[in-house]
Amino acid sequence: MTSAEKIREITRKHLAEGGVALGQCLTAVGWVGGTVPELTEADGLIELSIADVSNGGEAVGLALAGRRPIYIVRYQGFLWYNAAMIVNYAAKSKAVWGVPCPIFLRAIGMIGSGPVTGGSQHSLLTRMPGIAVCAPMTPGEYEKAWDYFMAHDDPVCVSEHRFAWPIDYEMPDSINERADITLLAISATRLNAIVAQKTLAADGITCNVIHLFWLKPFVLTDIIKKAVCSSKYGGIVLDGDFEGGVVKTIAFDIAQGTGVRMEVLALEERTAGYAPQLDNVPPTPEKICAYVRQLIKTADSDKVKP
Amino acid sequence: MRSKNLGQIPGLAEKFTKEVSLEVFKKMCVARFFELNAKKAYEDKQINIPIYLSLGQEAISAALAVSFPKPYIFAQYRSHDLYLAYGGKPMALVDELLSKPTGVAGGMGGSAAFHGPDIGMFGSDTLVGDHIPIAVGFALGKNEKTLATLGDAAAEEDYVLGAMAYAPQKKLPILFVCYDNDLAILTETKVRRSWRVVDVAKAFGMEAVEITDDPWLVMHHVTQLSQKLPAVLNIHTVRHLWHTGAGTDGPPEWNRFQMVKDEFNRLGWAKEAHDIEQSAEEEVKGWWTKAIAEKVKPQ
Repeated sequence: MTSAEKIREITRKHLAEGGVALGQCLTAVGWVGGTVPELTEADGLIELSIADVSNGGEAVGLALAGRRPIYIVRYQGFLWYNAAMIVNYAAKSKAVWGVPCPIFLRAIGMIGSGPVTGGSQHSLLTRMPGIAVCAPMTPGEYEKAWDYFMAHDDPVCVSEHRFAWPIDYEMPDSINERADITLLAISATRLNAIVAQKTLAADGITCNVIHLFWLKPFVLTDIIKKAVCSSKYGGIVLDGDFEGGVVKTIAFDIAQGTGVRMEVLALEERTAGYAPQLDNVPPTPEKICAYVRQLIKTADSDKVKP
Repeated sequence: MRSKNLGQIPGLAEKFTKEVSLEVFKKMCVARFFELNAKKAYEDKQINIPIYLSLGQEAISAALAVSFPKPYIFAQYRSHDLYLAYGGKPMALVDELLSKPTGVAGGMGGSAAFHGPDIGMFGSDTLVGDHIPIAVGFALGKNEKTLATLGDAAAEEDYVLGAMAYAPQKKLPILFVCYDNDLAILTETKVRRSWRVVDVAKAFGMEAVEITDDPWLVMHHVTQLSQKLPAVLNIHTVRHLWHTGAGTDGPPEWNRFQMVKDEFNRLGWAKEAHDIEQSAEEEVKGWWTKAIAEKVKPQ
């Protein structure tokens, strides 16, 4: 089963049990990449208007009504409008009024596609207390996100990536006790980290690859600590969101918890254009490899300086 | 043009029973004296948070509570009157304003963001008007009678209009009531927009009426609109005090409380109204006196 099929299965079951799923243009060609079951409003699949900001509030209202909505935002760039009431109301509702407001926010990321819709924007959601943020890529991780949501009463932002949809396998961490460096990757950059790991291995550089599922709360596990501390050249956190976002928060937490210097590689701090040469894409395998090679070279040359 | 007479129907008060009219008046009195006591507590620095007093608009809330009973409620700041009219616990609101843990939101909500779980009143995060889309989503999810109140400034929020437009599309059982005091802090409506809420609502496909804040008129239209939800009622009213705090910029344009008492005089119910007013004044003062005394009690 692919991730897309898993999402569709979860949604279908949720609707059958009285839940709702809502979003814009859900029934358009493809049904959001095959992640939405081909159902109707009578089944709980609600087509919204194109009023992005209002729609986020309507999802909040459905949560207050006890419907545990799956709110589908088809491009993460749209979160800037759609998430306003989710972070300002749903995330605070339990703290201020003791009233849970559980929303499963499917925020779908992609690579490229211009100045607004492209890239991941999950850092926006990590800034507010009261909301959990994860970035599943595999069917198993998607199920884990859903199980967490149903077992808790907080809003959950699921930073979903289109590259996850065809994935039909799990992605275990790859750890070597004598690694040169640890790559800690978020969302679709996990695929690039795996490719980079193989390329660098051919150069004799050993990389750990750790897949980060929870962005918030981020838990510095013993696995991460051990991998980073035992890596000769520390670690790099990779993300498809901007380099000033949660990727730096996570790198900071790891550095604080291990005493190891951490680096980040993510979207560059610039606005993307539609033209391919103006795009701003997550770190490619080539970019990751070049960065690692340079990091090692600089560290080694520093060592031999008098 | 704002008017204290907009939409008035001659002889309307006589069409309601004496009991109903006095019930509305009692709710008005409770809200009015509650706010006057809150004003004093604020001036005496017993209240140390921003307050949004509803003095002057209490006739609307009282009339709603009587003519539109037991809805789920989504309101925003300046809603002490609505909470009290619908039977919220007064001491819990007093304590909330005094920042006590026994407040209705444990002190987290204050005057602007309190809630009323006992009366189905949800909290507001105080971002102007965002409770309207939330109310619409709630009505969509629950399909039960919902009341969403807002101010004339909130009506200008793009997301308010987007949500109001969605309500008739889904035939939701929701009544939007705009407390139109003509001001966004101190900026008049005519400076901010060139359209009327009721015209936009009608364009969206809803029944919509614009009237003044005469409580009998409010009840009359609410009763009618209740059968045609979703619907919009835009009601001209007067905010007697500042947007935030307890100050005043001078005498109000009109004083509906006094106008209602005048109507009771005309109807020959002056004594009953006087007794209700006196009783409410004493009762509400008692709440505040007790709560403030407990607040300053040494540990």
